[in-house]
Amino acid sequence: MKNVKPLDHLILILGILFLLLPIWIAFASSTHRPETLLGEGLQLWFGDYFWETYSAVLFENTGFTEQVNAVLMLQNSMVLGLGFSIGKIIISTLAAYAIVYFRFPAGSFFFWIIFSSLLLPLEVRIIPSYEVVSDLGMLNSYTGLILPLIASATATFFFRQFYKSVPEEILEAARIDGAGPFRFFVDILLPLSKTMIAAIFIIMFVVGWNQYLWPILMTTDESYFTVVMGIKQILNDLEGNRIPQYNKALALSILALLPPVMVVVIFQRWFVKGLVESEK
Amino acid sequence: MKRQQFNHITLPYLLIAPQLAIIAIFFVWPAAQAIYQSFMLEDPFGLASQFVGLDNFREVVASDHYATSAVFTLVFSALVAFLSMALALLLAVKADGIIHGQSAYKVMLTWVYAVAPAVAGMIGTFLFDRSIGPLNHFLNATGWPFNPQLDVFDASFTVILVSVWKQVSVNFIYFLAGLQSIPRSVREAALIDCRDGFRRFWTVTLPLLAPTGFFVLVINITYAFFDTFGVIDTMTRGAPGGGTATLVYKVYQDGFLGADLGGSSAQSVILMILVLGLTVVQFRVLEKRIHY
Repeated sequence: MKNVKPLDHLILILGILFLLLPIWIAFASSTHRPETLLGEGLQLWFGDYFWETYSAVLFENTGFTEQVNAVLMLQNSMVLGLGFSIGKIIISTLAAYAIVYFRFPAGSFFFWIIFSSLLLPLEVRIIPSYEVVSDLGMLNSYTGLILPLIASATATFFFRQFYKSVPEEILEAARIDGAGPFRFFVDILLPLSKTMIAAIFIIMFVVGWNQYLWPILMTTDESYFTVVMGIKQILNDLEGNRIPQYNKALALSILALLPPVMVVVIFQRWFVKGLVESEK
Repeated sequence: MKRQQFNHITLPYLLIAPQLAIIAIFFVWPAAQAIYQSFMLEDPFGLASQFVGLDNFREVVASDHYATSAVFTLVFSALVAFLSMALALLLAVKADGIIHGQSAYKVMLTWVYAVAPAVAGMIGTFLFDRSIGPLNHFLNATGWPFNPQLDVFDASFTVILVSVWKQVSVNFIYFLAGLQSIPRSVREAALIDCRDGFRRFWTVTLPLLAPTGFFVLVINITYAFFDTFGVIDTMTRGAPGGGTATLVYKVYQDGFLGADLGGSSAQSVILMILVLGLTVVQFRVLEKRIHY
């Protein structure tokens, strides 16, 4: 039916090159010595210093207190990504269950309070949020890092939409079989939403991992630095060196983008499904 | 709401409590704080404050820096949205037309979604760097005295290009999904009625894709407003002369670096109103889509 034209493939390949080249150059250049980069510019092909650069970035302690390396930052990012996505899924499946399957006084009032949080991203209320977290003594803690980010009802909205599309007959049948609200949720509703949960988990993991502004504001203790905010640190450090460590900075950016990119590529099918179905 | 529902007195409250608590503490409280502070004048050490009514707003609106930032945000958002949507649409249409190897193309065109804006910003910084950046050398070789440190236009060019790069893949996913949800029968009918591929795209495909397009536009404006913070902070920090500071970046600069709480809060409130307007539009479109 369709006749494939070589021009179509050419356009797609150019598109892929446009997206791929910056990362390719960053990766290739990270395997050279900083002197090479300073003298000859960024490189298109790989050098011989892959292991030297990456082991230095991963294991050598740097930073103001000389206590932070990429392994630690990657761990912190993992805690943030997992904590954010898992926390958000637990809280929002429960809340969405209450909203869709129960009739209770003040239910719709709570519903509107929760959904008002969709309106304002953290970025527009960063300073008062910082003050609140500081008043609660949560600066430089995983709790302070994760909880304020969870305070947006995006996932609740997706689960509410999904639960509403679950046929009523399922609940009827479950009731006839004598299932209470707890049994119904654990044995029927959660297994039904498995794909949805997986998709939201992937999207939220990427969102959590990639957070930048909030971690910068609320962590001053370097042992809580995430790898994405390590980018800011290493950019600041560049100016102080006689030979700027471009290779290390680029290696850190590759380390920072690898985990979320792997997650998206490996779980491509679920990821696209979740993104497209949930946000419509 | 479901016809069939559970009746339980305490359980729903227990289920909704964690979410409500987090929203109350980390959303309602700070948002109320922002509104309160926008009417107050506080000294930089937070020791004393007094009610000044709308003075903060008047000052913000009358400020030249704010006007610069507002104009930049407008141009920046429009260009980022237009360029990344146009590019994504082109790629989606081509990928949709291909049967063999489509999934390979799909993976290759979507993975940039997962790259953090700050990481994109750092790689962009290096690509445009004066001493090591190949793009800088290339642009200079074309006769353009390219210097993002001094020239607002050049700096804007770099942040726009990196922001577009970062956003193409998200738009691609939505456009491809939108294209593939057009029923086969409609496509075949169009193919019979209209031999010219370009005209078929304009008269049949594009109108059917319009709801997706509008939705993607809203996502892109939100992205340009908020998510590009990482790009701007790593690439230009609003320089030169505040010429590349978006409104969100200015809230951060004035409030956190400049310790002007009242002014920054007033800016937050203005942004809240803007976003509120945007959301109302978005919900209207969502409603329409559900009835579609």
